[in-house]
Amino acid sequence: MTDNSTAIITEQDKRQNVFVVEMEHLKKSFGNNLVLRDINLVIHKGENLVILGKSGTGKSVLIKCIVGLVDIDEGKLVILGHNISELKDEELIEVHEKIGFLFQSGALYDSMTVRENLEFPLRRQIGSMKKEKIKLLIKEALENVGLSETINEMPSELSGGMRKRLGLARTLILKPEIMLYDEPTTGLDPITSKEISKLILEVQKKYNTSSIIITHDIECARLTANRIIVIKDGICASEGSYTDLQNSTDTWVRSFFE
Amino acid sequence: MEKIILQQSRDENPEPDVNQGNNSEIIQGSVFKKFFLEIASITIFTWHFFKEVFKPPYEFNELLKQSFLIGYKSFPLVAVTGFIIGLVLTIQSRPTLAKFGAESWLPAMVAVSIIREIGPVIIALIFAGKVGSGIGAELASMNTTEQIDAMQVSHTNPFKYLVVTRVLSATLMLPILVIFADGVGLLGSFVGVNIKGDVSIYFFFSQIFKSLGFNDLFPAFIKTFFFGFAIGLVGSYKGYYSNKGTEGVGKAANSAVVFASLMVFIIDMIAVQITSLLQH
Repeated sequence: MTDNSTAIITEQDKRQNVFVVEMEHLKKSFGNNLVLRDINLVIHKGENLVILGKSGTGKSVLIKCIVGLVDIDEGKLVILGHNISELKDEELIEVHEKIGFLFQSGALYDSMTVRENLEFPLRRQIGSMKKEKIKLLIKEALENVGLSETINEMPSELSGGMRKRLGLARTLILKPEIMLYDEPTTGLDPITSKEISKLILEVQKKYNTSSIIITHDIECARLTANRIIVIKDGICASEGSYTDLQNSTDTWVRSFFE
Repeated sequence: MEKIILQQSRDENPEPDVNQGNNSEIIQGSVFKKFFLEIASITIFTWHFFKEVFKPPYEFNELLKQSFLIGYKSFPLVAVTGFIIGLVLTIQSRPTLAKFGAESWLPAMVAVSIIREIGPVIIALIFAGKVGSGIGAELASMNTTEQIDAMQVSHTNPFKYLVVTRVLSATLMLPILVIFADGVGLLGSFVGVNIKGDVSIYFFFSQIFKSLGFNDLFPAFIKTFFFGFAIGLVGSYKGYYSNKGTEGVGKAANSAVVFASLMVFIIDMIAVQITSLLQH
């Protein structure tokens, strides 16, 4: 059953249809391989949406379309009220600035220290900022993920869980409105996975972010999801709460929860 | 309640079978196709470089950092290589010149050889091995670990930040390294001359400067910029568009060295032709 205490989207929001992301008939193919056939989904403000599906069904491609790493072939993609296909380059950048992305591997810059990893997006996006302010933001970001003591270390000196947390800190330092998590608990032990799941919930509560979480980890889905969508063969096959899908009449959907 | 959107799984597989037939015609066709696609791809990559290089914002800090890593850190290797080239060339040439009683021409001959041809080409090949493969492996590794994607998400143009800076650094640093190596090579030659003789450093270098002209120095200097550019560009191209995974990193590093070395010889051949045309 979905833990309702974690859900911060209100009924009023739902009634008002406050969607941060809307996809209609979204299609994406790579050569002859049609990865996303017809994706239709919405994400409400403040909601954690978990996307489940077998490997290679296009889950990561879906979130890469949202952040602009992959261009869509067909369909409508609306982010924070802006239809992406109608935006000019500068407007598109402004929209993408409101989106944070936690990569599966953390994607930390190997040649930079922890401090430099956090400084990099700040200097890029905000430009000229006072050194003191940058220091403060870095300190705060590291404290939020419990990594204050690692500030001068290199990413190679960190464990898998620490790298994920640092990746999250680097993303959160820009205070995004939408967070995209690409398999945040992959390769981690159950205890660290749980810590990351809790961190995702904390982020949702503290920053009121709307999130899409791509995962194979059912425990992570159980802990973090307000709603779950199952993708099969490039389309949204099933949608509901954790409990709904756990008791699904479709044996294939149910098999994820067994 | 759960919303069932799809009840039945769809029939697979939309991908056509690409492994139909394996006769030599198809293989040859695909090899040629691959070759021309590669040429087209690297041309577009080069065009992209020239489009980005003049467009602000300029990544000066990264350019300096790369120049330090690519240039400064290559000095010891280049110094050793240059010294050995000068020394060996002198020792090997002496008996032949001695046969004709032309030993006094040794400094001039070695200097012309080193400055016009051997210095730039050997140092460019060493540079391709060290820097070209390094750039290829680094960018391929960044590609594999999604660091390039992360950069794009951080609102940084990864092409400008990673490729433009590395290609520019390689282009600017190689000529400096070649000049340095040429100098060290001449010192090596001086040592070589003095193994079996007694020549003062003043006499040795005055012989060299008498024999060298603008036509020896200038074309050799100019072509090193093209060598550096080709090495930086090929290394970046191979790394930036590598296949993901550790195999992709190895392949990128390897093909960067092979392709960059080949480019050095091709550019050298063209440069020699142009120089001889201009001199006549």
